[in-house]
Amino acid sequence: MMKVIRDYIKSLFLLELIRGLALTGRYMFKKKFTVQYPEEKAPISPRFRGLHAQRRYASGEERCIACKLCEATCPALAITIEAEPRADGSRRTTRYDIDLFKCIFCGYCQESCPVDAIVETRVYEYHFENRQDAIITKEKLLALGDKYEQQLAADIAAQAKYR
Amino acid sequence: MSDDQMVTIEVDGRELQAKAGTLLIEATDAAGINIPRFCYHKKLSVAANCRMCLVEIAKVPKPMPACATPVTAGMQVFTRSPLALAAQKGTMEFLLINHPLDCPICDQGGECELQDIALGYGNDASRFVEGKRVVQDHNIGPLIATDLTRCIHCTRCVRFGAEIAGIRELGALGRGEHMEIGTFIEKSVDSELSGNIIDICPVGSLTSKPFRYSARAWELVQHKGIAPHDSVGSNLNLHVRRNQVMRIHPRDNEALNECWISDRDRFSYEGLYSDDRLIRPLLKKNDNWLEVDWQDALEAAAQGLKKARGTSGNRLAALLSPSATLEELYLAQKLMRGLGSENIDFRLRQGDFRGQEPEYPWLGQAIAELENLNAALLIGSNIRKEQPILGHRLRKAALEGAQICFLNSLELDLNYGAMQLVNSPAGMISDLAAVAKALGASGGMIESAEVGDRHRQIAEHLSSAARAAVLLGNLAAAHPDYSLIQALASAIAEKSGAVIGYLPEAANSVGARLSGALPGTGGNNAAEMLANPHKGYLLLGVEPGLDVWNPGKAMETLAQAEFVVALSAFRSHSLEQVADAILPIASFAETSGTYVNAQGDWQSFTGAITPAGEARPAWKVLRVLGNLLNVAGFDQMSTEEVLAEVRQLAGDRKPSSNAVDRPINEPTLKASGLLRVGDVPIYAVDPLVRRAASLQKTRDAITAAAGLNPNEAERVGLSNGAKVLVKQENGSAELRILIDPAVPDGCVRIPAGLAGTEKLGGQIGNVTLEKA
Repeated sequence: MMKVIRDYIKSLFLLELIRGLALTGRYMFKKKFTVQYPEEKAPISPRFRGLHAQRRYASGEERCIACKLCEATCPALAITIEAEPRADGSRRTTRYDIDLFKCIFCGYCQESCPVDAIVETRVYEYHFENRQDAIITKEKLLALGDKYEQQLAADIAAQAKYR
Repeated sequence: MSDDQMVTIEVDGRELQAKAGTLLIEATDAAGINIPRFCYHKKLSVAANCRMCLVEIAKVPKPMPACATPVTAGMQVFTRSPLALAAQKGTMEFLLINHPLDCPICDQGGECELQDIALGYGNDASRFVEGKRVVQDHNIGPLIATDLTRCIHCTRCVRFGAEIAGIRELGALGRGEHMEIGTFIEKSVDSELSGNIIDICPVGSLTSKPFRYSARAWELVQHKGIAPHDSVGSNLNLHVRRNQVMRIHPRDNEALNECWISDRDRFSYEGLYSDDRLIRPLLKKNDNWLEVDWQDALEAAAQGLKKARGTSGNRLAALLSPSATLEELYLAQKLMRGLGSENIDFRLRQGDFRGQEPEYPWLGQAIAELENLNAALLIGSNIRKEQPILGHRLRKAALEGAQICFLNSLELDLNYGAMQLVNSPAGMISDLAAVAKALGASGGMIESAEVGDRHRQIAEHLSSAARAAVLLGNLAAAHPDYSLIQALASAIAEKSGAVIGYLPEAANSVGARLSGALPGTGGNNAAEMLANPHKGYLLLGVEPGLDVWNPGKAMETLAQAEFVVALSAFRSHSLEQVADAILPIASFAETSGTYVNAQGDWQSFTGAITPAGEARPAWKVLRVLGNLLNVAGFDQMSTEEVLAEVRQLAGDRKPSSNAVDRPINEPTLKASGLLRVGDVPIYAVDPLVRRAASLQKTRDAITAAAGLNPNEAERVGLSNGAKVLVKQENGSAELRILIDPAVPDGCVRIPAGLAGTEKLGGQIGNVTLEKA
């Protein structure tokens, strides 16, 4: 009986509505969350998994040794590798393709890589105009790696203690 | 205590029955109890130097190696007790001290015994902080890559070399930390079985050079196959990735190849991807080769054959490769017989067709029984190179004390002690007659034979042995008096109580007879087909310049034909000279089929990959040709259906006696002038091997040369490396002189099947040398 009376009073004086409006009013004077993309950009974690890249050593030698662990671990079968001995006898890829249409950006390739060669950059803004451009080749990956090396090295260093 | 007595032992609480005296690890392996091991291998002697198989045995204070401990009655073994595990883990830690952490670049990664066992018995991290050992690699030839830093000193390769391959080339040098596997002098490991050390190496120290870095174990899909190069029919596993054969491994079959295969079977897959591979049908138009589509090619081939046949089927002839499958050979002969021709043959390298041949020439015994022989006489056979697996079986017999005698026209490089009677091809016959005479045979030329000490010795060995065999090899088959050799061998076998056996040349030499690929009544045999021009020829898997007994004559005759249709997997210079249509066919890895091996096993296999380009399985090509030529009975839908027909044709023919009953006449080959000895080198036997790049870089892959022994060279006044013009019949070839002490007097060794010998005559015959 008491509950019915209480609910009646609540609805008569629009208590819930006032409480809601108070919340809205409070946020009206707080700092805005909205990011004005593309002029403004949201902050990105060093663990962000964006477009792939292949890194080199400081000497300019490519890191990838064609162990094919990334190819084996890739759940989407997006990676295709062919390898053979290079002229100096070292194990190198002759083909390293990632199909971005297949890739699900899980980051397993990066996790499995014993030499930190294949990595995912913070780049999430890219597009293709042709279907075949969705396959990024070794040359493109290495070029991306060269372009973002500084950021990549910093991110990997920042994450090293958690690995 | 007799050897066969069974004893009861207890392993991890389970009671096992084992033969007294067998090794503990054999008993546990048989029972499916796993004990980790590196140095133990079932086919090699026990070394017990890796210490990985340590187990605890009740009443023994220290852990014992299971691979070197014989079982005794009532033995109580604990393979997973705290003591055993501690010993195994300790051993593992020591093994990993010097093993590099380079699994990502190691070809063994993913199929490595050390990797597998380290997962179970190794620690997460090493306590070893000192520097690791580094070992210099050796170049041991074009087949095997070495990474000796990875070696864990199990010495399997050393024992394999000494015990199986019979080459003491690899050895362990130094002691302890400084122990290294190496060759005593920097040289290649040259053995026809050398590839097997890749399989037995438990780590990535010895890996395959052609396969190097090209694929990972987990990418490969395994398909069963049968080896196409010799009459053993070794069982294979073809490892395929993305429709490409990446490598070949042996498949265990105790009755045939045990766990080994020859290098020829292991590395010949490279030939599948040679530049010569034919991927589109070719037609000759105005002396130019045009790539055409199948429809045009097949119609042109059918038209050409029909036109060449005219009114009589006798104008057609078919030369079939003994490496073709049973089904292909059957359909080819059916096509020819359907067109009214009985001119069908597969005995392309046979030198003499006068004899009555046995219905089913086979080894005369099971392959596994070769190792139980007490004596053997091999006539014109280089078994070690021609059928490496049979050679290995025979070597086992020899090491057990069997008396092996070779009667040959070349001194052989053997890896066991054997008596070798080396004589010119003409002298071989008189030697054989002398052996027959020493055994008390009579008739024909045996009467006039001069019996020497060694002949008497051979006769004595054969007749006194409990199990003896007389085996006829490839050079015997190529002899112009082959029928006489057969007759003499039969006489020897009869008098000595030995089994007579053939060492068939190719994968399907035995099967070819069962499939009916022989001339029928009134038909021409291979030699007649190539001596008398016919209007039309069908060639199946044959390179006429390299795969026949008398290539010079063959090329001449084929050039005169009106129409030659060739089914071939490869482009070939000699084929392009004589053929009018070349139809690309599938190789052994790309088609289903059946081979019948030397002991009469019918082994069927399926294709592992799809044929290259537009190539098609030969049986399908022949079926369509049959349809286009309106021959009845060409509507099989699968090789199984063809095989059923072959089985019907072969009936219940079982391997039986090889002996022939034939009068022993005088030989036709006379020892006058210089005789050519034309053996077929191991890596020149068929079109596929000839195109296997890595095999062609080995020491056994020789180039054509005229081999003379030093005396003979002095007599004719030629020195090593001198250029000579070799003339045989109507052809000639310019070759270099090679001083070769293996060649007997009065002979010049000019191998067959090699580039440069296409214009010469028969494999054995008179030649003249002129300074060029």
